[in-house]
Amino acid sequence: MDIRTAQAFVRFGLGRQGAEPLPSDPKAWLLRQLHALDAPVLQPQATTESGLSALREDRETKPKPGESKARALFTAQAAGLLDHALTTPAPFRERLVWFWANHFTISLRRGECTGVACAFIEEAIRPNVTRRFSDMLLAVMRHPAMMLYLDNIRSVGPASPGGAHGAGLNENLARECLELHTVSPAAGFSQTDVTALARLLTGWSVDLQASVPGFLFRARNHEPGPQTVLGGTFPPGEEGGTAALLALGTHAATYRFLATKLVRHFVADNPAQADIRRIETALRNTNGDLGAAAGALVDLESAWQSGTKLRTPLEFTIAALRALDLPADHRPNIGRVLSALGQPFLNAPAPNGWGDTAADWAAPESMIRRIDWAHALSARIGSNDPMTLADTALGPLLQPATRDAMARAGSRRDAMTLMLSSPEFQRR
Amino acid sequence: MTTTRRTTLLGLATAIAGNRASLALADAAGDRRFVVVILRGALDGMAAVVPHGDPQLQALRGPVPEGLLDLGGFYGLHPALSGLHGLYQAGHMLAIHAVAGPYRIRSHFEAQDCLESGAEHRMTSGWLNRAVAAMGLSRENGALAVGVSVPLLLRGASPVANWVPHGAATPPQDVYAAVAALHQGDPVTGPAIAAGLRERAFSAQALMGQPEDKNRFGFPSLARAAGTMLAARDGPRIAALELGGWDTHASQVGRLKGPLRQLDEGLLGMKEGLGEAWTQTAILVMTEFGRTARINGTGGTDHGTAGAAFVLGGGIAGGRVLADWPGLSDNRLYEHRDLAPTTDLRSIAKALLLQHLGLPPPAMEPVFPGSASAAPTRGLVRG
Repeated sequence: MDIRTAQAFVRFGLGRQGAEPLPSDPKAWLLRQLHALDAPVLQPQATTESGLSALREDRETKPKPGESKARALFTAQAAGLLDHALTTPAPFRERLVWFWANHFTISLRRGECTGVACAFIEEAIRPNVTRRFSDMLLAVMRHPAMMLYLDNIRSVGPASPGGAHGAGLNENLARECLELHTVSPAAGFSQTDVTALARLLTGWSVDLQASVPGFLFRARNHEPGPQTVLGGTFPPGEEGGTAALLALGTHAATYRFLATKLVRHFVADNPAQADIRRIETALRNTNGDLGAAAGALVDLESAWQSGTKLRTPLEFTIAALRALDLPADHRPNIGRVLSALGQPFLNAPAPNGWGDTAADWAAPESMIRRIDWAHALSARIGSNDPMTLADTALGPLLQPATRDAMARAGSRRDAMTLMLSSPEFQRR
Repeated sequence: MTTTRRTTLLGLATAIAGNRASLALADAAGDRRFVVVILRGALDGMAAVVPHGDPQLQALRGPVPEGLLDLGGFYGLHPALSGLHGLYQAGHMLAIHAVAGPYRIRSHFEAQDCLESGAEHRMTSGWLNRAVAAMGLSRENGALAVGVSVPLLLRGASPVANWVPHGAATPPQDVYAAVAALHQGDPVTGPAIAAGLRERAFSAQALMGQPEDKNRFGFPSLARAAGTMLAARDGPRIAALELGGWDTHASQVGRLKGPLRQLDEGLLGMKEGLGEAWTQTAILVMTEFGRTARINGTGGTDHGTAGAAFVLGGGIAGGRVLADWPGLSDNRLYEHRDLAPTTDLRSIAKALLLQHLGLPPPAMEPVFPGSASAAPTRGLVRG
C-alpha cells in the first residue's frame, strides 16, 4: 500500500475494512463516490411517518421506560446506520453524511426527536450531501426532527389569528439557522434579523394527527406582513420563509463559513486561509454544490498530509471495528461504546454539535477511555496476527516505535491494544 | 524533592514520564479550595431567584409561583433549591442578581466562550486556567475538570487533570505505560494520556471506601466525588464542573425542576464530600446569560442578558442577595426585553480570587484582560 492510498482510507474514509481491495488510483476512488448516490441504507427505511407515528403512540399510551416505540425505532435504526459504516463501499460519502449531520445537529437530548432522528439523517442529510447546500438547508428546516428540536412547532406569529390567545414567537430555530447553519456571527446579524426570520418561519410546524404525519404549514399561526432579514425583504406566507432560506443558503458569508468548517474537518484544526478560499470559491462558482466542494477538498495538497487530525470517538470506534472486520454476530454494541467514549450517537449536548478539533477530544480521561476500550475490543482478536492486522490497516502509516512496542507486547491482545491506541491510529 | 502520599500514588506516572523532576510537588499552596460550576444553556435567573417584590413581575411572568423560599422579602428562591436555602439561612450562600459578563451577545456558544475566557471576546485559554497559573500550583495540586472533557474555562498553559468514574476492566499497567510512551512526542495526546493515568491513580485512592452511586455519571454524584477529592490533603485545589438543561424556550415551569434539583443535590453532596474543608471552600455557580424578562408564546423564555449567580462556602459572607436591582418596567429593561445587568460577573470572580484564594491584585489583569472597569466586589468573604 502506498502512502496516498493509506491516507485516502483514513483522511477521507473510515479506515480500511479488513483486507478490502486497494484502489489503483486513490483520488479517483474518492471522486467516484461523489457521483453515485447511496442505495437505501436501512431496511425497512427510516421515515418521518413511522417516527412520528411512534411518537404519537407513545404520547397516547405513555409507556414505561424501556417500552417506548420511538426509542425502539431509534435503537434499531441507529444500529443499522452504524453497521452500514462498517461495510459501506463509499466511506467518503458516509463521512460527508456525518459531517453534515453534525453541522445540522439534532439531538436525543430533546426526547421528541428520538423517533425521527435517523429519518432526519436518511431524508434530509444523506440524499443531499452532493447536491446544493440550499437544497439540504430547506430539507433540514422543514424536517420535523429539526422543528421539534429547536421548538419551531409551537412558534406562533403574535399578530396572526392563532396569536390571539397569548401564544407567541419562539426564536430558537431562527437564531440557530443564522448563527450555526448559514451566515454565522461573522455576517453581523442582529436581534432584529433573528426576530424577522422567526416571524417568517411561524406556522412551519408538524401535524402529528394526520394519517400520514409530517410537515404542515399552519397558515393560522403565520405572522402577517413582509419581513427584512439581512437587508433582504421577504413576503409573508410559506414561500416567504422558503425564499429567505434560499437567500441565506446562497449568501457569501454562508459559503465562507461552510468552507472553514469543511477544511477544519478534513484537513487541519487551524485551517489555512488559502485552503478555505479554494473551497469557498468552489461553492460560490457552483451555487453551493456540496459535491463540488467535497471534490475540491480532495484536490487540496494539504489534505494529503497524514496525522493532522485527531479522530473523534465515532471515527476511532468505526475505524477500529473496520480494521478488525469482525463478523456481524461478533461485534460490540457500537451505540454503547460511543456513549462510554463521550460521543453518544445523535445525542450532542447542544445545537452547535460535536467539536471538531483535537482540544475538544483529547481530555485526559477520554484518551484513557479509548485505551480501555481498545483493550476490551482486542479481546476479540482470536488467533489473528496483530502485526499483519496493523500492516493491513495502516500500511506505511504504521510507525517503527509502534511496531517495536507491539513486538514486545505480552500477548496478541496487548499488541492489538497498542496498535489501536497508537498515535497513528488515533489520528487521521 | 519532598515525598508525600501523592508522589507514592503517582509512582506509575513517574515511570512513564521518565523524568522525576517533572513530578516534584510544590508544598501545598494553601488549603483554600475554589470550585466553579458552569450552568450551560442559560439559567433563567428570574425563575431561580424570583424578584416577587417588583410590581412589574406579574405583568411579565404571570402569577408569582407558589412555595418560594424567602430570601429577605423582595426575592424568593425556587422551591427545588431547598438545600441552597438551608445554606442561605446558615449564612453560607449568597445569591447575586442582575449579573452578567461583559459581553452583550445572545448566542449560547459565543457567550459561553466569553464567560469562560473572562473577556469580551473569545480567547484560547480560560480565566480559571490563568488563575491557576498565577497561583503557581503544580499539576498534582492544581485544577481538576470533572467530566469527560476539559471546558474552555480550564484550558490553557497550566496543566489540568480531569476525572470521571470509569468502568472495571482495564488493561495491564505496562500496556498503559507503553501507550503513554508512544504518545510522548505528540503535543496533544501525549500530555493528556500522562495526566489521565495520574488522575486515575489518585482518584482510585481518594475515593476508596466511598459508596458507589447508582447514577455515577449524574451531576450529584460527580459533585459529591469532586468534594471528596478536593478534601484530600494532597488533592486538587481548583475544580470545574458543568450542568446543562437550562435552555428553557418552552414549558419552562416543568423543565426547570429537574436541573434545579440536580444542582441543589449536587452542591449539598459536594459540601458533604468536602467535610471540614467546606470552611476553606468557595463555589461560584454561573451561567452564560439570563433569559428574556417576558415569558414567550410557548411558556418559556428566550436568550436574554442579566441573570442570577450563586456563591457558596463556609467562609462566604452569605445569607443575603447581592443586587443593584434595575427594575422591570419597560424602560428599565435592556433593549426593552431583558433584565438589565448592574453587576459585572468578573467583579464577583475577581473578589473570590483576591479575597478567598489570596491572589495578588496585579494578577487580575492577565486573568481578566481589559477588566479595569470591573472592580472586585467588596466583602464577599467573611472576616
